[in-house]
Amino acid sequence: MFQITRSAPVYDVVIIGSGAGGGTVTKVLADLGISVALLEAGRMLHPETDFKEHKWPYEYPHRGSGDGGASYFGRGRAFGFFSAQAGGWQLEGEPYTVAEGSKFNWFRSRIVGGRTNHYGRISLRYADYDLKPYSRDGIGTDWPISYEDISPYYDKAEGFIGVTGSKEGIRSAPDGIFQKCPPPRVHEVLIKKAADKLGIPCIPNRLAVITQTTNGRPACHYCGQCGRGCIPASNYSSSQVQVFPAMQTGKVTLITDAMARELITNDEGKVTAVSYIDKKTRTEKQIKCRTVVVAASCCESTRLLLNSKGPGHENGLGNSSGTVGQYLTDNTGFSLGARIPALEGMQRHDADGMGGAHLYMPWWLWDKKTDFPRGYHVELGGGYSMPGVGSFAGVCAQHEGYGDSLKKAIYEDFGTHVGFAGRGEMIPNKDTYCEIDPNVVDKYGIPVLKFHFKWTDAEYKQVEHMEKTFTDLIETMGGTVVKRNRPTSEKISEGGDIIHEVGAIRMGNDPKAAPLNKYCQSNDVKNLFVADAAPFVTNPDKNPTLTIVALAWRTADYLAEEMRKGNV
Amino acid sequence: MSISRREVLTSIAAVAMAGGAVSLEAAQHVHESAAADANATGGVYKPKALTQHEFDTLKTLCEIIVPGASKGGAAEFIDLLSSQNPDMSAIYTGGIEWLDEAMKRRYRADFLTASAAQRTEMLDKIAYRKNRTPELAPGITFFNWARRMTVDAYYTSAAGIKDVGYIGNRGSKEFKVPQEAIDYAVKRSPFA
Repeated sequence: MFQITRSAPVYDVVIIGSGAGGGTVTKVLADLGISVALLEAGRMLHPETDFKEHKWPYEYPHRGSGDGGASYFGRGRAFGFFSAQAGGWQLEGEPYTVAEGSKFNWFRSRIVGGRTNHYGRISLRYADYDLKPYSRDGIGTDWPISYEDISPYYDKAEGFIGVTGSKEGIRSAPDGIFQKCPPPRVHEVLIKKAADKLGIPCIPNRLAVITQTTNGRPACHYCGQCGRGCIPASNYSSSQVQVFPAMQTGKVTLITDAMARELITNDEGKVTAVSYIDKKTRTEKQIKCRTVVVAASCCESTRLLLNSKGPGHENGLGNSSGTVGQYLTDNTGFSLGARIPALEGMQRHDADGMGGAHLYMPWWLWDKKTDFPRGYHVELGGGYSMPGVGSFAGVCAQHEGYGDSLKKAIYEDFGTHVGFAGRGEMIPNKDTYCEIDPNVVDKYGIPVLKFHFKWTDAEYKQVEHMEKTFTDLIETMGGTVVKRNRPTSEKISEGGDIIHEVGAIRMGNDPKAAPLNKYCQSNDVKNLFVADAAPFVTNPDKNPTLTIVALAWRTADYLAEEMRKGNV
Repeated sequence: MSISRREVLTSIAAVAMAGGAVSLEAAQHVHESAAADANATGGVYKPKALTQHEFDTLKTLCEIIVPGASKGGAAEFIDLLSSQNPDMSAIYTGGIEWLDEAMKRRYRADFLTASAAQRTEMLDKIAYRKNRTPELAPGITFFNWARRMTVDAYYTSAAGIKDVGYIGNRGSKEFKVPQEAIDYAVKRSPFA
């Protein structure tokens, strides 16, 4: 792109980040005829060559272990060689720091579409009570919006991206606009029977996978490989479903390899430009804007605001409340698996299906008393998945030996395991936040984030409940759980592990307590909006992406209306 | 990857984007051409990291660990990764050296020239953690690596994937679960 600085264009809107939030805003604004520039810190995505859909391990000499067998030494790619992720828990030259006594892992994707290219695609609406938690149990803070405010945008999001599911009438798992979910696999049939017996609802899964032609995208072809990326775009990724189609309108200027450094403001305190590092030339550039939408991911957006310091906003832009970085949470995580004897010796069949479980368990004790606040949902695993490096490491360790008896053990073991994973709500606490580390900059000279993270009894008790539930489910199915005595602090996931970090730039009704208003617009800077998971007030037991899309859509509608009125 | 495969994949995407169903034939062709690529080894394999003796020893060992492992290219897999990674190479050159020395001490023959019964006697010791002694520990650690990687190589090969009975990685218009499979599992479960 050739640009002469003196006549540099001024974009109506500059959007920072092309993931679920940025992709949604880009699509909504472009459809309304508003010209936008989309900055992405990573490179362009080329699905046909980047995605390893349908590839067999033997197509690679290393079979998926990585060059030099990296995965054998714990140095393999996160989520495996075949995953569509383009990033990792550590990025070369882009560190973050963690306070002493804390554990936090930060997964970043640097590519058009961000983490939506590889994510799990579970798409759950928040329940009415999730948005008003303080009113219900006296803990934390209510959202400034109610279910009625967000519900129309869930409708739009589901209708556009496509989500499977079924109408169930369960208050903790509101129904939406669903496409038909494929039938349960054999192990899922057994899990449902166990759940029925224990009084736990086990219902068709809600995945951002289309099972009917939708907006020109073809229905799922059931290869089970969503995590590798889907070349025909039969699942949702913001890159393929929103950014690429939006570019066809001619209203979108996509600038890749653009690492946002700082928001530049004028004397009136409005954002006039975004300063970014052009990674290819490692030079600083500026792009002018009338409005900016920050959607770089919860923590990256927080970092950008805190790094945008100037007269009158010495603690970061939009931070007069002093709360930017506070109220950070992740979801809790715990998993347990076992071998199920009933599945042994079953006739082999194609169990690929969608790339994810065909059933899930919404939180079922929302109107019952438990010894911890809030709840969790349960994700299921199992079935005959494509063998890969490490698939039979467990059999090798347990059976030992060699020869025909080892082969027999592997044959008998294949497809007989089930797994349960809980994802629950963490209560924000004062010991969990992120801030700028004054001592460390990344390779672009941008100060990095320092994380502080602590689980409390609320989360520990929840994880104990998960373990008991999963043990009951497994035993009801005829499996045996190997008992391991370890403290709860070792059972629960580490902060950031679930990659559901939300909440560091909250929305709220009181400008003294929250940086954003109920449309995710900065209280201090009227032409600054945030459209990722940072505005979330709480982190309910539902994966955040669908809510990111819905809220970003709502913010984009509001922004367009404010632009039309001349207010921003 | 061959251009032809990429073209086919692109055409699948194009067909799919046009609202049609994924062509099973096209998908099948992708897999067959990929298999042909993988099988085109072109003559005798020349080890990259191991000596010819080490490679021959490893190949024999792999075949004992998983009968059929040669078809899965287990020794070639290990040799290739060793050529890219000194840590991996050390595990195998050191392990094979240890095995030959241990065989020679007991049977006055290295692993390759020893009898089948002598090999079995040695492997029956180092294939189990319970036999760990200071003397056998390096052999047990080595065997653990060889077993894990031989299993990985075999079960990620076309032969091994077929052998374990994985059916999938293909497009289908509809997802169905065989009723016989459901009936079989339910009958054997506590829900019968």
